[in-house]
Amino acid sequence: MSTRSFSLAGYGPRRRSAWSRLTARDSVVWRLDWIMLLAGTALAVIGSLLVYSATRNRTELNQGDPHYFLFRHVVSLVIGIALMGGVVWLGHRRLRSVVPVLYSVAVLLAICVLTPLGATINGSRAWLNLGGGFTIQPAEFIKITVILGMAMLLAAKVDAGDRTYPDHRTVVHALGMALLPIAVIMLMPDLGSVMVLVVIVLAVLLASGASNRWILGLGLAGTLGAVLIWALGLLDEYQINRFAAFANPALDPAGVGYNTNQARIAIGSGGLTGKGLFEGTQTTGQFVPEQQTDFVFTVAGEELGFVGGGLILVLLGIVIWRACRIARESTELYSTIVAAGIIAWFAFQAFENIGMTLGIMPVAGLPLPFVSYGGTSMFAVWIAVGLLQSIRTQKPIAA
Amino acid sequence: MTNIPETGRTPRVTIRLIAIQILVLSLLLTLGGRLWYLQIRNGDEYEKEAAGNHVQQVVEPAVRGSILDARGVPIADNETRLVVSASRTELMKMDDEGKAVLERLAKVLGMAPKTVKEKVRLCDAKTPQPCWNGSPYQPIPVTDDVKPEQALQIRERSEDFPGITAEPAAVRRYPAPNKANTSQALGYLSPVSDEEIEKAKDTDSPFLPADEIGRSGLERSYDAKLRGSSGVTRYEVDNLGRVMGRAKSDKAKPGANLVTSLDSRVQAVSEKQLDQAMKAARTEFDKNTGRNYKADAGAVVVMENKTGRVVSMASNPEYDPNAWVGGISGKEYAKLTGKKSNYPLLNRSIQGLAAPGSIFKVIPTAAAVKAGYDFNGGYDCASSYEVGGQVFKNFESKGYGTIDLGRALEVSCDTVFYDLAYKQWKKDGGNTPKKGAKDWFYKTAHQFGLGKKTGIDLPNEVEGRVPDRKWKKEYWEANKDAWCKQAKDPSDYAGKIARENCVSGMKMRAGDSVNYSIGQGDTLVTPIQMATIYGALGNGGTMYDPTLGKAIVSADGKSVNEIKPSPHGKLPMSGKTLKQMDQALQGVATRGSAAWRFGQAGWPQDKIKMRAKTGTAEVAGKQTTSWLATYTDDFTVVMTISQGGTGSGASGPAVRKIYDALYGVGSDGSVDKKKALLSKPQTKLPKIDKDGAIEAQRDKKPVAEGARPEAGEASGQPARREGEGGDQPPVPDTGGPPGNGQPGNGAAPGDGATPAQHVRGTRDEAGERP
Repeated sequence: MSTRSFSLAGYGPRRRSAWSRLTARDSVVWRLDWIMLLAGTALAVIGSLLVYSATRNRTELNQGDPHYFLFRHVVSLVIGIALMGGVVWLGHRRLRSVVPVLYSVAVLLAICVLTPLGATINGSRAWLNLGGGFTIQPAEFIKITVILGMAMLLAAKVDAGDRTYPDHRTVVHALGMALLPIAVIMLMPDLGSVMVLVVIVLAVLLASGASNRWILGLGLAGTLGAVLIWALGLLDEYQINRFAAFANPALDPAGVGYNTNQARIAIGSGGLTGKGLFEGTQTTGQFVPEQQTDFVFTVAGEELGFVGGGLILVLLGIVIWRACRIARESTELYSTIVAAGIIAWFAFQAFENIGMTLGIMPVAGLPLPFVSYGGTSMFAVWIAVGLLQSIRTQKPIAA
Repeated sequence: MTNIPETGRTPRVTIRLIAIQILVLSLLLTLGGRLWYLQIRNGDEYEKEAAGNHVQQVVEPAVRGSILDARGVPIADNETRLVVSASRTELMKMDDEGKAVLERLAKVLGMAPKTVKEKVRLCDAKTPQPCWNGSPYQPIPVTDDVKPEQALQIRERSEDFPGITAEPAAVRRYPAPNKANTSQALGYLSPVSDEEIEKAKDTDSPFLPADEIGRSGLERSYDAKLRGSSGVTRYEVDNLGRVMGRAKSDKAKPGANLVTSLDSRVQAVSEKQLDQAMKAARTEFDKNTGRNYKADAGAVVVMENKTGRVVSMASNPEYDPNAWVGGISGKEYAKLTGKKSNYPLLNRSIQGLAAPGSIFKVIPTAAAVKAGYDFNGGYDCASSYEVGGQVFKNFESKGYGTIDLGRALEVSCDTVFYDLAYKQWKKDGGNTPKKGAKDWFYKTAHQFGLGKKTGIDLPNEVEGRVPDRKWKKEYWEANKDAWCKQAKDPSDYAGKIARENCVSGMKMRAGDSVNYSIGQGDTLVTPIQMATIYGALGNGGTMYDPTLGKAIVSADGKSVNEIKPSPHGKLPMSGKTLKQMDQALQGVATRGSAAWRFGQAGWPQDKIKMRAKTGTAEVAGKQTTSWLATYTDDFTVVMTISQGGTGSGASGPAVRKIYDALYGVGSDGSVDKKKALLSKPQTKLPKIDKDGAIEAQRDKKPVAEGARPEAGEASGQPARREGEGGDQPPVPDTGGPPGNGQPGNGAAPGDGATPAQHVRGTRDEAGERP
């Protein structure tokens, strides 16, 4: 059947009440991927508990208020879900037209981080001071805008029906567009985000149908680049130390290997069912640093055990599985690329984050999507969920 | 909007999307697998680690027990001092490894920056003292000698002194009552090393990194009792060590006090008299070497006959044991271990070896009786004796005609013993010994306890040597290669000797046996061995293990564990012989070689029977060793001075003065019991209060003649432990010990190394008498 696209404007009966429009069988609400939303919300609820458990004792951080982090976390979550709603309401297609603007703003913010406006935490100058105790992490927005920007460039000719696959010129343009913010983030340096972006770029190219040579070439270049970075000593000492500690955590259990060692002890000691929420000795004793953000999974491991940790993995799996479904079912290359980029982002970031707490990945400062404390990350993740939802709701109703 | 085909994707994209999906979901599976591995497979192990993680041990060191003299006067106790310590772990975290902090610290303390840095460096093979020999994780004491205002500066400017602490702590002190510093017998402490902690981990008395352990002397032999056990409080803590709860705890158990048989007053007299005798000897001219006596070392032991308890034990050169407290300085360590100062760490009473000379003669006398010779028989005391073309002369070539063994002992007639020894040697087969040779003279020496340790309760006692056939053979086997090599150049005298040794050094020659019979040659004894023998002569023949420890009193005073005298053998002679020998030794004191120091010098022999035997031992290449062995009914005094001259000449006055002080003998021979320090052995233990404090017996009268004047000492105080509460106000250093005991000369701090070499050469010692 011929399917004209379902633009918001002009489809369906014009005069329906807002309520009936929302509850109708063909409404946006009905067509939302509720499974993904439920899984995401469950992760967010678990995350809130974990953040609270990790921070209620950290008096030197929470300014004496045990609910300080929980409150801010929930506020971020509400804002994040609102942002998702906004994205769904606007629709990814409408956003497509402002991608260059979003991209420029994100890159500008990232550059600002390198100016005196930036704030350094844990050796990375990755935060932007907004005043009033608020900070944002532009790298999180970069992840979205790089996905959107590359998708826009790569899919332009294909979606217009001019070509089956993006041509080399387009690929070069898209890569150039991604490289600029990657370079900026490299300068911060925020190695974790760089790693995620590289994975995103690869996934985006894969999904775009770009020539195999590009994929292989980039894979090779990435490996070479990593070797070069290592050989030329472009990494900061703290980063090298993190890698060294990854290779051998027993190296210096009081120093570099401390994080990974303590994280592993926390998770390992959880056993099958954990020590009970708020009962973890590693968590209450604050042996694991950054436990509300990068190491939030250790709280789950220790206090909720294999059951709780496994639940988080399953919920993440559900989100990613639903996202894969959306990517496969979308009819435009643009949407496919965006979905694939988000999948790669979520999956790799979750893998890196949990992997480092389990000692199978080197330590890099990355939050666990949906779970970790951190406003910007929360916003970015829920915006991405909004994009996925929008892709799903705005596809033609096939059957 | 654009017009797009119904299927928005080509197969290539679809395949790639499926690939992405498989990839990302397998990542999650990997995580799940790893999670299972950590939590289910290895969960127990991590649980243990987590438990160890959040439990922090706070160690409260036990107060070390005091060492008291027989009257309860502390000779080693503790005082509270302000100790400045540096944490190496903290310092090493700094960019400059704490250099700036240590320099600032040196300025506040008024020390050289170099000194401070040396104190906190770790000892290793290449680092000489001063350095830290303890655990690197333990705060290292920089000094225990700070004024309260200096400590305050460090505390108040803690941001300038990260890793530096200034805390009051119990510090060992050797108060030297009556100025008797008792250094070698007391020993010293030093921090426990990591290896020792590891080694003692599973024993009954494990070490903690903060512990100091006894390295020599009483501090070492009674270390386990004195040390007590540290208290351990286990807290549940967070990562910054903030306490969240308290787990199982053990209270600190203070160490027990050790009451010794030492009498600090007698000790003081002994030390002073030994020192003065050596000084006097240095003014005497030695005809044989053409220069004054060097008197480079000496020792004196005062022992109870009937128990083997040591009343005093002095070794010279001495040092101030307080030098070790709070970490020894480089200069002092060099002094204590240097050759120049002749190794003052050596306790020459138990580690000094020398040929005994004529004080040995009681042994061949007993041996002769055993071999069947009549004590009262007639023996020719010629002025010289010839064996195999070699002439052995009597002392000053004097002859006494035919005399009995008692008289031979009394006049110290060498030729009588030469003859007996030679006859026995021939009887045993001479150069080709018979099977089942009797070897009476050597066997008897072994039975007298020579060539083995007396079993004194001090570490590193040496065995000495009886140069019997077995030893000769072993010694020859160990040295023949060197001798035979040297013998290839037989032009000089040394070459000739080497040749002789190379060819027949394994044999007991006639000359060896003859020489041996008068305590010359290769025989080596320690003063404590001789004291044990003469003490046994004085008690009817029982040889006791010499002891300094008398009782171990628990800190609360509830348990008093007396160390009973323990005999280890009987002298190999009948009661009759013993009496005869006793008579002869009385003769030495009244008519013989020691008479001019006793019987003929106003000694009240009728009231206090004195027995004595003098000895002057030859040492090749050195001056003679002075020996004087004496005993009364209750006490034995043995004294020796290396390169000091004759027995009665060099040691006589000192031994006499020690007896004068013990019994209160006046210059006119009167005996004043009130002046006597110890006219009878101290049998009772000092009074122990209900709270465990041991009362020191106070002297109303000044310490008798011969002792150093008493300084303002706390000798009358009960041995209450300072620092027990831990919260006393900082006490500035109150000067503590006397500065009088030569503050250090040195020997290797005594682990294992047999110090015999420092005292004496071994072979080639005594040839013939002049």
